[in-house]
Amino acid sequence: MGVVHGIWTLLLLLIFVGIIAWVWSSKRKRHFEQAAQIPLQDGDAASEGEPQNTEKKDGG
Amino acid sequence: MSTENTYNYRVVRQFAIMTVVWGIVGMLVGVIIAAQMAWPALNFDIAWLTFGRLRPLHTNAVIFAFGGCALFASSYYVVQRTCHVRLFSDKLAGFTFWGWQSVIVLAAITLPLGITTSKEYAELEWPIDLLITVVWVAYAVVFFGTLMKRRINHIYVANWFFAGFIITIAVLHVVNSAALPVSFLKSYSAYAGVQDAMIQWWYGHNAVGFFLTAGFLGIMYYFIPKQAERPVYSYRLSVVHFWALVFTYIWAGPHHLHYTALPDWAQSLGMAFSLILLAPSWGGMINGIMTLSGAWEKLRTDPILKFLIVSVSFYGMSTFEGPMMSIKTVNALSHYTDWTIGHVHSGALGWVAFVSIGAMYYLIPRLFNRELYSVKLAELHFWISTIGIVLYITSMWISGVMQGLMWRAINQDGTLTYSFVESVQAMHPYYIIRTLGGVLFLVGMLIMAYNLYRTVVGAKPHEAAIPAVAH
Repeated sequence: MGVVHGIWTLLLLLIFVGIIAWVWSSKRKRHFEQAAQIPLQDGDAASEGEPQNTEKKDGG
Repeated sequence: MSTENTYNYRVVRQFAIMTVVWGIVGMLVGVIIAAQMAWPALNFDIAWLTFGRLRPLHTNAVIFAFGGCALFASSYYVVQRTCHVRLFSDKLAGFTFWGWQSVIVLAAITLPLGITTSKEYAELEWPIDLLITVVWVAYAVVFFGTLMKRRINHIYVANWFFAGFIITIAVLHVVNSAALPVSFLKSYSAYAGVQDAMIQWWYGHNAVGFFLTAGFLGIMYYFIPKQAERPVYSYRLSVVHFWALVFTYIWAGPHHLHYTALPDWAQSLGMAFSLILLAPSWGGMINGIMTLSGAWEKLRTDPILKFLIVSVSFYGMSTFEGPMMSIKTVNALSHYTDWTIGHVHSGALGWVAFVSIGAMYYLIPRLFNRELYSVKLAELHFWISTIGIVLYITSMWISGVMQGLMWRAINQDGTLTYSFVESVQAMHPYYIIRTLGGVLFLVGMLIMAYNLYRTVVGAKPHEAAIPAVAH
């Protein structure tokens, strides 16, 4: 049972290292930069120049 | 305009308003029990008003009523606006609102009556637990249904945090609440002895990790970029932040059971994973704060941004303090003292409440298509609350460390230097300062309620259009 747990833990660790390598691969740089823009491109901000609705830009 | 072309703001509005209402109620109960600690006569010898019954009412109200409504409101808002679709089902979303409010009302009735499972943060009896399960499944269906019909290919990171929170809370709630009912209002846990304790704190600490952390990080990853009008500092870091948190939080629970009947290896494992947690927590904190890099001047004039950024700072502070307190030798001093209470409130008031307040100041004017009534009042709210938190946590630090030191002090012949009641007496001034801190925080909430009332009074409910072109 201990061996199974050990292998399982190692597997999870490798998956995590894999995720880090996948995320930081230079191939996906642009993809993630675009993803970061998603909340800013929802037709809400004035800077976007997309007057989809009449909401005010600044609530504060 | 057909409803499919607009976002469902109705359910967001309902939850957002109740966030403010339950926040005031929960914090008022908090102030009352804080005052009872300083002046015990304030329970008026009425069983319903005793500390033991009101304390779970306070924790349930602030965590699940205030925090829960903030999470429902913001997750429904964020998932729609980052997927460019209306919620999966208006009716089911409406059901989650009324269902969740029923749970809260039932809690407010049963807890003062003394009806409790006595499991911390899971005190509600089995019929209410069943209702929570049904509401939570409906919540999951609405949230994941919305993700499935999304028109934006990439699932934005805030939604990953909300998704992780929804799934994990479902698992935690069902496993920890497993019980054998002996009557309509009484049940016994399905587990016994130290297994029961281990499952309780596996639940308890992950309620902190996934309800009070992952969910509110979802709020951080949407509302800070929106209010600062810049993308998150590092999107890649946010992805690693998510997975690191998910992989490690689930193991940290045993630190609540140091020096108990729990096997030593399990205690050490809990401590080790609590220490590892510092890395993802601070990665996330840096990501949130650095989002403002290059636009720091906005902090000077924008109280909403102040709430959001200071909340992340408190997140950093309490996620440093937490791992430190999980170290067994530190825990030997801090456990069962007021230090723990101070730690919890630096997280709960500084992080959870502040990020929710910031999100509500952002959301509520938009949900009614109005400008915030007064920026100055929001600024006042920020400073009053901040002073309240500082009074609260510093008094609890001093009181807690003093308690720990007094309890462990021994004379040369091995007898205890202080009797327990001497430590209680020494804590009295700090209990008064803590009450004052709580009162200030509550006053801040009342200012917020007035400000938001003036913002929305007479306004027509607003339904924003979904952008026509999918990105």
